Amino acid sequence: MMSERAEQFPLHRRDVAKTLLQARDDMLIVTGLGSTNWDFTAAGDQPRIFPLWGAMGGAVPIGLGLALAQPHKRVMVATGDGEMLMGIGALATVAVNAPKNLAICVFDNERYGETGMQTTHTASVTDLALTAKGLGIQDADTITDETSLKAHLDTITGADGPIFRVIKVRAEKLDFVLPSKDGVHLKNRFRANLLGEGAL
Amino acid sequence: MEWADDIYAAFKDAGINQVAYVPDAGHKRLINACIADNDIQTVSLTTEEEGVAVSAGAWLGGDKCVLLMQSSGVGNCINMLSLTETCRFPFVTFVTMRGQWHEFNPWQMPMGTTTKLALETAGLLVDEVDDPNDVGPRAAAALHKAFVGAQSTALLLGQRLVPVKTFGK
Repeated sequence: MMSERAEQFPLHRRDVAKTLLQARDDMLIVTGLGSTNWDFTAAGDQPRIFPLWGAMGGAVPIGLGLALAQPHKRVMVATGDGEMLMGIGALATVAVNAPKNLAICVFDNERYGETGMQTTHTASVTDLALTAKGLGIQDADTITDETSLKAHLDTITGADGPIFRVIKVRAEKLDFVLPSKDGVHLKNRFRANLLGEGAL
Repeated sequence: MEWADDIYAAFKDAGINQVAYVPDAGHKRLINACIADNDIQTVSLTTEEEGVAVSAGAWLGGDKCVLLMQSSGVGNCINMLSLTETCRFPFVTFVTMRGQWHEFNPWQMPMGTTTKLALETAGLLVDEVDDPNDVGPRAAAALHKAFVGAQSTALLLGQRLVPVKTFGK
């Protein structure tokens, strides 16, 4: 067991979110329960981000449905390792459909952040990039520091997908920066922004 | 099984462009019709709850998606349906029933006998049909309820509509 190592990871999740958000300003983004919601809200809450306050395991398949509906837009799912593990089969579903416009970034702090920082399976034996490859997503890799994050940025924001990146981020307890909890509002603002007011 | 063609026709009338499904004997004819249709993107799932999420993502992107599954899959969807209910996504699923009519497998009974209750408890409006001539109109009504009436709804297709499964016994 290497449950302590994540406390030394060099990348800070709030910085990673900011980097990804600023890398391309027209990506449609789905963020998973829960810390990735706070990371992207801190980086700049906006209508093209759909944050999930529940539906654990749902971030990737929501991203898939969105990517299939909007093949000419870049779609990014940003979620945590715990949320990813709960819906891991969805990576096989993504691989089979192979949407070119979908990138999945897992912010892996090897912890369940909202329940008290208990270790997830990635803290010991589970390798999510290897899992994604095994499930059929060939372009899967792990990012561990600033240099490799920069090197992978163009791939995440523009290369033919599906792209899967595990981004190892420090296990740290941060202040909450909360988006709206109103699901109807979050859905409507996303659709109005993407499809126009007529979509409401 | 011609009733499957009536559901497919209702899909076309309603402008359905994504169909998420878990492979199922009862839905086989409908699934194959959707796969053969270049205007419908089919998504084969590893578990039914993914389909609830795919439907939500499709709607965010301006598509209309339906979920096809068997009654045993309904239990897998319950927590994910909180997404549908909380955000009031339009949602429609067509469920082929087990545990009703000449059921051979006792393992199908717990979910098959509680499907309607489970879906209603999760907040869906549930309709049922076992007359093959009534499948088309009820399918159209379910799609209208979801995508015009902005509701979440399920149409349960009675086991009497599908061939009896025996595993040779």
